[in-house]
This record gives sequence, structure tokens and C-alpha cells, in this order.
Amino acid sequence: MPEPTHTSPGTQGPAPVVRTKTSAYPIEHFVANVDETPVRATDSTVSDAAPRSLWGEAWRSLRKQPLFIISAVLILAVIFVALFPGVFTNEPPNENCLLENSDGGPVAGHPLGFTVQGCDILSRVVYGTQSSLTVGLFATLGVVLIGGLIGALAGFFGGWVDAILARIGDIFFALPLILGAIVVVQLPVFQQNRNVWTLVVILVTFGWPQIARITRAAVIEVRNADFVTAARSLGVSPLGALVKHVIPNALAPVIVIATISLGTFIVAESTLSFLGIGLPPDVMSWGNDIFSAKPSLRSNPMAIFWPGLALSITVLSFIMLGDALRDALDPKARKR
Amino acid sequence: MVWYIVRRFLQLIPVFLGATLLVYFLVFSLPGDATAAICGERGCTPAVVAGLREQYNLDQPFWIQYLLYLKGVLTFDLGTNFSGRPIATIIAEVFPTTAKLAIMALVIEAVFGIVFGLIAGLRKGKIFDSSVLVLSLIVIAVPIFVLGFLMQFLIGVKLQWTNPTVSGDATFTELLLPAVVLGLVSFAYVLRLTRTSIIENVNADYVRTATAKGLSRRRVVVVHVLRNSLIPVVTFLGADLGALMGGAIVTEGIFNVNGVGNTLYRAVLNGDGPMVVSIVTFLILIFCLANLLVDLLYAWLDPRIRYA
Amino acid sequence: MSHSTGHQTATPQPLLELRDLAITFSTSNGDVPAVRNAHLTVMPGETVAIVGESGSGKSTTALAAIGLLPANGRVSNGSIIFDGEDITHASEKRIVELRGSSIGMVPQDPMSNLNPVWKIGFQVRETLKANGLPSGPQDVAKVLAEAGLPDAASRANQYPHEFSGGMRQRALIAIGLSCRPRLLIADEPTSALDVTVQRQILDHLDTMTEELGTAVLLITHDLGLAAERAHKVIVMYKGQVVEAGPALKLLTNPRHPYTQKLVASAPSIASRRIESAKKAGVRTQDLLAPSVTATAALDRVIEVEDLTKVFKIRGSWGTSTDFTAVDKVSFSIARGTTTAVVGESGSGKSTVAKMVLGLEGATSGSIRFDGVDITTLGRKEMFDFRRRVQPIFQDPYGSLDPMYNIYRTIEEPLRVHGVGTAKMREKKVRELLDQVALPSAMMQRFPNELSGGQRQRVAIARALALDPEVVICDEAVSALDVLVQAQILNLLADLQSELGLSYLFITHDLAVVRQIADHVAVMEKGKLVEQGTTDQVFDNPTTAYTQALLAAIPGAALELPPEVA
Repeated sequence: MPEPTHTSPGTQGPAPVVRTKTSAYPIEHFVANVDETPVRATDSTVSDAAPRSLWGEAWRSLRKQPLFIISAVLILAVIFVALFPGVFTNEPPNENCLLENSDGGPVAGHPLGFTVQGCDILSRVVYGTQSSLTVGLFATLGVVLIGGLIGALAGFFGGWVDAILARIGDIFFALPLILGAIVVVQLPVFQQNRNVWTLVVILVTFGWPQIARITRAAVIEVRNADFVTAARSLGVSPLGALVKHVIPNALAPVIVIATISLGTFIVAESTLSFLGIGLPPDVMSWGNDIFSAKPSLRSNPMAIFWPGLALSITVLSFIMLGDALRDALDPKARKR
Repeated sequence: MVWYIVRRFLQLIPVFLGATLLVYFLVFSLPGDATAAICGERGCTPAVVAGLREQYNLDQPFWIQYLLYLKGVLTFDLGTNFSGRPIATIIAEVFPTTAKLAIMALVIEAVFGIVFGLIAGLRKGKIFDSSVLVLSLIVIAVPIFVLGFLMQFLIGVKLQWTNPTVSGDATFTELLLPAVVLGLVSFAYVLRLTRTSIIENVNADYVRTATAKGLSRRRVVVVHVLRNSLIPVVTFLGADLGALMGGAIVTEGIFNVNGVGNTLYRAVLNGDGPMVVSIVTFLILIFCLANLLVDLLYAWLDPRIRYA
Repeated sequence: MSHSTGHQTATPQPLLELRDLAITFSTSNGDVPAVRNAHLTVMPGETVAIVGESGSGKSTTALAAIGLLPANGRVSNGSIIFDGEDITHASEKRIVELRGSSIGMVPQDPMSNLNPVWKIGFQVRETLKANGLPSGPQDVAKVLAEAGLPDAASRANQYPHEFSGGMRQRALIAIGLSCRPRLLIADEPTSALDVTVQRQILDHLDTMTEELGTAVLLITHDLGLAAERAHKVIVMYKGQVVEAGPALKLLTNPRHPYTQKLVASAPSIASRRIESAKKAGVRTQDLLAPSVTATAALDRVIEVEDLTKVFKIRGSWGTSTDFTAVDKVSFSIARGTTTAVVGESGSGKSTVAKMVLGLEGATSGSIRFDGVDITTLGRKEMFDFRRRVQPIFQDPYGSLDPMYNIYRTIEEPLRVHGVGTAKMREKKVRELLDQVALPSAMMQRFPNELSGGQRQRVAIARALALDPEVVICDEAVSALDVLVQAQILNLLADLQSELGLSYLFITHDLAVVRQIADHVAVMEKGKLVEQGTTDQVFDNPTTAYTQALLAAIPGAALELPPEVA
């Protein structure tokens, strides 16, 4: 790189032929005070801060978000209730149900009153947490594994793999979650084996296309990034590039949608139970309680209100968490 | 443009075939006797069972069954349900109510969702925006049956502004409350989608250029920001129309609306296989048509698509 | 209407005057000053250019004049005076009145500045209408035709996506000038376009504004372009005006250290300097970094022969048409030298790079590396080959995995090829960082914490990890600011002489080529139209296309006095 020689532009030498525009107006040559406008070294970013990975950065911004704090506290509380229901109520949920208490209002020791069968509502709500959470958690896990795998393969390899997987996804997409679940749930095979796990299987069967679509889109966006090409030209195999570079970078939107779907699956379970075709009546769940409180809605609306509230708060906290994560992991906000 | 529509139409055919095949397979080929529901607890004589199996083609190999069924669908002959009524007649009876309900819900969610979303998006970060966002989260989170019961109890039972349930006539005023309940969740989605879309477009380069041209604020917002933001929203609404018709099971149940959802629900409880398959096929068809509508709308709204 | 008649007025009133302007952005981390003490005047009919690197506040300053600061930005001090009227805090109504009719704008990116859902004619018409001008179809067509859009009447019925980039920019110029504003703000009006198109558009803009007597505030990062197009150049750096004056004076006698650096580094100026110096009888070799050209043996490390790439473009109904992206291209790279493949977008230059990297198969022809044809290599041989040829890409944001820290990024090639133990690899990474002049403390950092230039250094370190013989730089410096660009080019030159590397430099920027390449191959629409040593191609271009490309280098019209050289 040649250095300019700053000889003073004197009069020596031949007169230069110059083609620049000359103005009709006098133009003064202004130079800022160098002390006030110091020239810093080119391209230096001085930073003593600890190194921050993208996840670290996301975590930092999450910690400051009220939405995240509220939802995280709520979710931890719900998980705690699910794991240790006994801490929150002394009443067993199914025993001590006295028909004389049917639809009774709150009394000492039973702050939320009684169900139609005369069971303690608080206790039913507390013990119902577990099944809702289990279904939501495992359905999400299954959907992320299956949908994520299919979406990642379709997005990364493209071509006919993508075409076939996308068509299969479309077919399942034409059957909305609840509709598909209803069709399957009423089959004798499932009616004879109604439990948490068959319900999870059904929800995963009809729930995976959404995650597959999200993953596919995210993978396609990353697939053509220069860093993937760079890895390929280093000798990393296609599958290696998918696992080491593409998937980790495509994870953010999948995590967001998965968090929200956890709430959706909890709703789906309760909806099916509410329709009387979800979990069997002997499994305690919010949906079942709402189902059984339906006939006495006018006389005892509280029997629907409390499990409904528990359900809503749980779902709300997962959806809020998803929203907070979306803000923190937003790929558009990633580039500085 | 024509080719685009034709191509989209052709792409729907495998989806329709695949989805109906899937449903048919699930209902008739998984282990368990499909005729058990008719015969009930006491059971039927082998001769009656054989007769039923012949009537519903259950004695044929699976592929033949499916093809015969498909032939029925294409000739609008859906056969009879387990109680002997022609299925096509039943659907024709209940569908208008569901369609009315779904369209009312769609209008409600579109109007309110777009207006609220527009205002929230233009006032990003202000109080209106934050409260509307929180509200939308709550609406999304509270399951529709909880919401339905609450509104039925408050408006129908306590305040008695309207009947808590819908009569056989399914008049406009009767359907208003169920339509609100049905449209509420989608309203929240429309609102959020509009808001995001508006925020994205407000900062778009072409909006800045439009402002620089000397257009008034109102014109910039309506002609450039809103017009472009509506593309994803209208797409969502089109797809939602299909979902609303199928997703009315819970709402129709709560308000006792005699629509497609309720009919499907009864068929499910009765184990009426042919009825379930027919209604689901019908809903899949509506889903496919709604998708086609979305493609049309999309092409209409976004000139870039027309030539793709 | 020509501005040159303005001599007689004793104290002419400036059309636009910014006095001590300060602009502040409020962010989540508090207020950030974007512009401080900015001072500038634009006289009627005068073209004033603001030059600066990204983040210098040049666009923000200009946008403030038309009331288009982003929502979180505000004028925190000083005043904006347009034609004697203080519009710093003018009402929304007054600003809307001024926009379009008094102050027009031509934005930067023609791809994103036209609303994709409205026809071009509609977007012109609403401008005319909003400013109270006749807006019939013939008026719209006239406006478009003035901006040099052929067949304007029927073009007005098309949508933006049916236009090429250059045509869109013409439409935007048409809109900007449609209401005959007295001031036009042109924000990097051509930086997104190919150089030849860029030149046409700028020439047209020049002619139009001169005819209409419109004053222009031109924002650009290219000092050469500014000097060529403007009466007055204003240099901004970190939100402040550091120097302002007549274009020539700034080039010949830059007084602020930043301007001096800029004059020394700007490729367009530097390449002019070489040309000018040569005219003055200085040998090129003395001006350029010492290269091996003089002593280069005929040791060809890469020989490309009749390389062809045909893509099948799938049409509707299963038909497909062939698109020949690369058409019988032949060239070679002598060991230890730099060969540049130059072309505009769509010329096929990047496809050539991909094929040489072995990432894209060739349809026909051969690529011989040390005499071995790599198009026929098996999987195992290909894996070994990859060690010897490494790429550096354009986008410093996209070429590093954001999830990997710098250590893992540079170590990855070593690990993939099973080089050394963990300890040895760490030592190697330190050495590599040292080679690209980055502190080894950088190892634990992540790409998002680095500047563009630093990322590009990391990308270079990764490319060098396996001791390759050839490095393929695909627009490797195009996305960087001028000074950073000069630094990276220096680094590449140093590494070349130190390690005897051979470079294949893919670029659209002839000014950069002039500085670094030994050989040049010019591509147009998939075909190689001209090649030779850099001196040959620049001094005696034989094809019209190369001549056009050379003439289009911003600042090509400048004839610098030898003192600058």
C-alpha cells in the first residue's frame, strides 16, 4: 500500500489538469480542531467485559424482562405443585368425598368449596397439576424430536427429500390437532387404553408438522450461510455441518415455538378431557374436573372456575415464557 | 397467474387424498370392530354383523374400501350413518349454522384484531400497546371452554342479555355470543400478527421514502404501512376460516348449537365410524378450499406472487 | 436556470444550513449522541457531498434536514435552516409541505425503497398529487422519461419487482425530482448497483440537477465519488464534521489526520494515484507492495480450462431450461501471485470460485491443481485437497458461526483434519491470531463481539489454519469500511509475501484490483472477455466492456496532480 507523500502543494511542477466541479460560491476550507476530534486506531473494539456468547447475551436480556421473571416464577411454582402436591393441601383428592358436601361453598379447611361429588376443590386442583404438566411436557418433547428431525432433514437436504416430507406434513396439517385427536381417541384401541401415554402419542402424531415447518424454515435460513459453506470447504461432511453448525443456529425459533406448544398441548389435553374423551375419569386432571362440573354450572360456577383458573395460569405462563424467549432470541435482533 | 392458481389447486389434490386416506385408515383399519357401536352391549347375531360389514364394504380389502368410499365422496353419496340416515342430508342440514357462526366469528376477529393491532403497532411500547399485548396473551392462554363457560355464565345467566344457549333457528342475535367466544382466540392472534407486521413495515425503507415524497401521515399509514401489513393477516384469516368451521366443536357444545362440530361430537361419542369419517372428510375439503382461497388472496394482495 | 449565474449576488443566502447540529438517539442503554456540532451549508444549485464510514452520522445528518430521523432520534441541539426558515422544530404540517416539493430524497437501496405492492406509476402519481401537481398518466410518464426510463408510459404499469436495480433507481430519482425540489438529498444513491450502472445513473442525476438548478446533498462512503461529483466535500467521522472544503483541496491538501488517512486509503483515489503516477513516469512496482510478479516462474498452481457450469432452471410443468452461468472459462494462477476475477453481478464469478473450491461440480472443463484435475477426485482425495485451498467470504457477519467462540472457529479445521493434540492446536491458534494481528485474549470471544474487520481477520486465520497454498477471496473486503478495507488488503499482501500464498480474488471492485492483483480476468455474463497482467488490462483494455468498467470506477474522471501521488 503506497503512502501518500505530503509535500506541500506548492507551485512547483507542471500545472495539473484537474476535473472537479468548481462552485459559483466561495468555499472555505474548514478543519476541525484535531484535539476535539481525535482519530482512533482503525477497527479497534476495546472491551474488558467478559466474553459473551449468544446464549449468554440472550440470558442477560432475559433476566431484565419482567415477562420472563413472572412466567419463570409461575412455571417453577407449577412444577413444584406437580411434584409435591402434599405440601399445598392436607385433603386427599378422592377420599373424603361426601355427597352431603356436593357443590358446597367454602368452609374452614376447604377454602375453595366442594365439587359435585363433594370432593375438596383445592385438593383436586392441586393434584390435577401433575397429569396436565406430564402430558404437556412429553408431548412437547416428542414433537420436538420427531418434528425437529423431519424439519431439519427436509430443510437441509432440500430436493425430493423436502418435497416428500413437506407433502406428508401438509397431509397432517389438514387435520387440526383437536380434530385429529378426536378421530383417533374415539377408536376402540384407544378407548381401551386411555392413559397419559396414549394421549401423548396422539398429540405428538397430530402436533409434529408445526415444529417441522418451523425447523425447516430455520434450517433453510442457516443452510446457505457463509459459515456453513466455510465448514464444508474445510472438509466437514454435510451431516457434520448440519449437526455442528446448522442445527445449533436454527434452535432459537424452535425453542420459542416449543415453549408455546407446551401450553397448547396442556390446553389440548384438557379440551379432550373436557369433551369426555381425553384422560379417563379416574385420572385427576383439570379438564376432567371441568367436564364433571359442567352440568351444575349454574348452581356452582366455582367448581369450573378454579380448575379453569389453574389451567389458564399454567398455560399463560408458558405462553409468556415463549414470548419472552422470542424477544431475547429474535434472530433479527442478533446482528448488531 | 392462472398457472399459479392451477398449480396450487393441483397441489391440494394429494393433500386431500392423503388426509382422507389417513382418516379412513385410522377409523376402519386399526384393531377393533367398527360395527361394535351399532350392536351395543348385547351384540348382534353373526348374520347381522355380516350384513353390516357388507353394507359398509368392511368385507372388502382396505384399498377397495377406500376407493369405494372415495367414489362415494366424489358422487356426493356419503352413504348412511349407523342409524340409517343419509349422511349428506345431515351435513346439509347442520352446515349452514356452522358456516354462519364461523363467518360471524371471522368478521369479529378481523375487524377488532386489525384495528387494535394497527393502533398498538403504531404506538409500540406505549400503554395501549402493552395492555393490549397482555390482554391478548390472556385470551390466548385461557382455554376456549373456560372462556365459553365464563361468558355464558356472566352474559347469559347473570346479566341475561342473551339466551345462554342457541335454539334450533340459530338466529343472528343468538349466535352473537358463541361467535365472539369462537373468534376470541383468533382475535388475539390477528391482533398480534397485525401489530408485528405494522411494526416491521413502519420501519421499512419504502415507508420512509413515501414520507419523504411529501405524503400525509394518514396516507403513508393507510396506503403503505397498513396495505402491506395486511398480506400476512389476510393469509391467516383465510386459513382460520377453515379452522373455525372445524374448531367449533367446543363452542357449539357449550352453547348447544346444532352445527357440524356438535354433530361430529355426537358421532364420536356414539362410535359412528362412517359419520365421523364423512364429517372429517368434509372438514378436510373445507380446509383445502380455505387454503386455495388463501392462495388466491395472497396472489391478489402481493403482485410478486402472481408471476412466481 | 443554471447555477453558474449566481456570481453577481454579493452575499447569497444558503439554501440549507445546519448550525451546530447535535442528534441524539435514546436507546435502552441511555442517550447516545449520533451527531455533534455538525455544521454545513448548501448554496442554491450546489452539490455538497458528505463522506464518512458507516456509523459516522452522515446519513443521520442528512435525514434530519428532511425530518426523517428514526423514532428514537431527535435534534438535541443546534438548528436546521432551510431557505432562511428555521425548520428544526417545525410542525409536522410544515415539514410535510416541504417534503417532496422543496426537499426531495433519493434513497440508498433501490430494492427496498419502492413499495412492492404498488405499480411504479401509482408511486409516482401519488407524489405529484400530494404536492399539488398535475398527475395524469402523461405527467407520470414524463417524469419517468426524464429520469431516463425507456418506454416510460408502459413501464409505469409495471410493479417494482419487474424492474432491474438500475431501473428502480431511475424510478426513485424520478420520484425524488418529480416535484422540482430546490434541494435533493441523495443517500448513497448508487452504492447498491453495479459500477457501470452506477456511472450512468450518477451522470444522469448530474445532468438533471444541473438543468433544474437543484442543489444536491450527496451522502457517500466513497471519497473518489464525492470528489468527482461535488463542489464541496464534507468529511464526517464519529458524528463530527472533521473537515470541509472544495473537493480538490481536500484531496490535495487534507489537513485533518482522518481525512489524510482516508485520502491515503480510498481505493478509488489510490488507483487513480497509480494511474496518475504512471503518467508522470513512475514505475508501478515502486508504488505497490512488493510482489513476486517480477520473479514469478511459470509455476501454475491452478489451471482452469474450458470450465463450464450449466444450471437447470425448473420451469412450470416439469420443463427446464438451461442457464449457462459459466461458459468455457480458462485462466491460471501462478504460484505466489494474485489473480483477480472481476465482473458485475450475474457474471458468474462467484460460481467460478465455488467450483475451484470444489463446492460446486463443473458441467464440463477441468480445474487442475498442481496438475491434478480436482473435478474427478474421489471423496478421500477431495478431503485432502480441501486442506490446500481455503476460502474467505464477503460478509464478515455471515462467515463465522455465531455459536462458536473464536478459538473453536479457528481450531475447527485443525480438528476436522485431525492435526496435532489439543495442546498443539491451541499453540497453533495463538500463532494464527498473531499472524492476523489479533490479541490471543480474543480467543474466548464470540463473533458478535467483534467488529467487521476483526471478524474478517478471524476468517483469514481460519483459512490459514491448514497451511493452504491457495486462498480464494470472494469479495473478501467489499463489505468493509475504506480504512478497514485498506488494513485487510495490507494484511493479505503481507501474508502473501510471508507465506508464499496464491490468491484468487473474486471482486466487482476494479479499484481494489488495481492495488492488489498481478493478473486480471474480466468476466461478463458467464464468459471471460479479457485477461492479462493488471497493467495490461488497465492501460490497454481491449474490449469495450472492460473499458466501460474502468471508466466507471468512481473518481475515474479525476485527474489528480502528481503531488497527490
